[in-house]
Amino acid sequence: MPLKSSQEAFAAALLNPEAPVPEGVVNPEGAPAPKRFAVYRNNVTVSLIEALATAFPVIEKSVGEEFFKAMAAEFVRAHPPSSPLLMFYGDAFPGFLEQFEPVRHLTYLSDLAKLEQLRRRAYHARDAEPLGADFLAAVPPKALGTLRVTFHPAVHILTSSHPVLSIWEWNNAGAPDGASLPQTGEDVLISRPELDVEQRRLPPGGAAFLQTLATAAPLGEAAAAGAAFEGFDLTANITGLLESRIVTDFTVDGAA
Amino acid sequence: MSKKIAATSSLALAAAVAAALTTASVTTPAEAAGKEKCYGVSLAGQNDCAAGPGTTCAGTSTVDYQGNAWTLVPAGTCATMELPAAADGSKRAGSLEPLKRDLPS
Amino acid sequence: MTTHRLSQKDAIPARAGVGLKACHYDDIIEGKPDLGWFEIHAENYMGDGGKPHHALRQIREHYPLSCHGVGLSIGSAQGLDPDHLDRLKKVVERYEPGLVSEHLAWSTHDTGFLNDLLPVPYTHETLDRVAQHIDQVQTHLGRQILLENPSTYVAFAESEMSEIAFLEGVVAKSGCGLLLDVNNVFVSATNQGYSPEDYLARFPVDHVGEIHLGGHAPDLDDEDRPLLIDAHDRAVAGQVWQLYEDLIARIGPRPTLVEWDNDVPVWPDLFAEARRAEAILGSKAGGGAKSRAA
Repeated sequence: MPLKSSQEAFAAALLNPEAPVPEGVVNPEGAPAPKRFAVYRNNVTVSLIEALATAFPVIEKSVGEEFFKAMAAEFVRAHPPSSPLLMFYGDAFPGFLEQFEPVRHLTYLSDLAKLEQLRRRAYHARDAEPLGADFLAAVPPKALGTLRVTFHPAVHILTSSHPVLSIWEWNNAGAPDGASLPQTGEDVLISRPELDVEQRRLPPGGAAFLQTLATAAPLGEAAAAGAAFEGFDLTANITGLLESRIVTDFTVDGAA
Repeated sequence: MSKKIAATSSLALAAAVAAALTTASVTTPAEAAGKEKCYGVSLAGQNDCAAGPGTTCAGTSTVDYQGNAWTLVPAGTCATMELPAAADGSKRAGSLEPLKRDLPS
Repeated sequence: MTTHRLSQKDAIPARAGVGLKACHYDDIIEGKPDLGWFEIHAENYMGDGGKPHHALRQIREHYPLSCHGVGLSIGSAQGLDPDHLDRLKKVVERYEPGLVSEHLAWSTHDTGFLNDLLPVPYTHETLDRVAQHIDQVQTHLGRQILLENPSTYVAFAESEMSEIAFLEGVVAKSGCGLLLDVNNVFVSATNQGYSPEDYLARFPVDHVGEIHLGGHAPDLDDEDRPLLIDAHDRAVAGQVWQLYEDLIARIGPRPTLVEWDNDVPVWPDLFAEARRAEAILGSKAGGGAKSRAA
């Protein structure tokens, strides 16, 4: 059999536990060897399930280890990694969680998985030096409306109709005594000023404010985009922008 | 609420920036480095919570028993966490008891 | 073949090294253990930045580094992924490893990356394909690579030659070197029913630039005979140490890596395994290994 067709058959049988052992895959005496072939099937599935568990520890904690393993097995067979960079494996997992019938009632899981995925993206993002928190002091007040910023490559903004960050924190550190989860959605800023990934809960309109800045739109426009949301506090949002150290560069219109 | 405008005025921006510059507190890199960021996530054999999976050139002796997810029920913290009503308006069932704090020392 | 000039600081010495694991970064950076070198999986350093690179830069300042790829899929019927080849080149340029190696296996197909080192039939078609891929890698990187003998669990009815003949053919056609994994020899010999001693006696040792040692797990095949899994999840087996000791006595010291990828132990335990290899290298050294007993 040509190598191409033999590998096609091998690959297809690896991902389908019902499939027969590919023809010509034998033991040393030339006899069919399903148990031997199962070693490869097992290596592929288990290693990818473990990779997924490493990638989404909070999802695993949310649904329990046994359930996670069974669910991950379904996922890895349907969505094997597209590249050997396993550190990023799981881009399709949030979407899978929305569709997978046994967890469809846990509507927050998908956003929780997005948060875990973005944290990993941020962890491995390109290095860049954030500007000091006082960088805005150098901008003439009159030019502020034209200020455009460049965000650190690790910056991501996640908007959620669930209290996604609180759920993440409760799963990791436990809930404050007597507290209950917020009854609102939470928007999250994921960043990595140095080596450690950080996340912040964004105030009302904060996501729109930052997302607008991320398109290289001027500060005046970003502030207006935030102001479209009830409860938007411009000072609080600019304070957050400074404290989170997500800006690596800026420009202002020379004409201003 | 403000009316729909193309851009917030320079005056408002200047005031907000001035206020922000006086209140913004910043963690220095040294402080940040000393902070435990994993919030209790402990991954066996791994010292960083956000690194994610790495590669291996080994096989595994762990066996995938091919449990059937359709027969299983999620049984992690999702069972004990009281969640707000979902977007579709249905109310989540769940224990009122918050999770116990289990921070590492 | 282009040869890459390495300074004394970069070349991998005929000493023991270990596979670098993120959980040992601090032990290594702070403790600076007396070890000859470290080996990375290239794919784990193909992210853009952050902590993995931050740690590796510091480790690279103090140790020679070997770069071991697990994702190039050299045994694939389909062509090599040019993007992945570029990523490998970037890692090699960034860290200037003393050795670069890959596996005689495939792992990528149209369906995606299967995350295992899958076996190839030893046919002339495969040999041509593998040699061509290695040539492509060596040309792209501008340097020689080493190809590792696999652990295998099945045989192919269509195989036309022995594994040794296959490896010799690849070396002759591509000019690559070999990475001799002694644990893989023991695992495959057990699983395929031949003698590991005979295999090693016939192995083209002149082309061996590096040796691997690792632990394996016992299982049973379809006929309930021993089937060993190359699990890298425990200490090196006694029989593998014996094969290694005999090999070093015969061919002299070569750079030797201890691999431990699953159930990774605390640093002192891994270090102890490496010291054991170093002791064997030192006792057989005609001056090649500059080890000092701990």
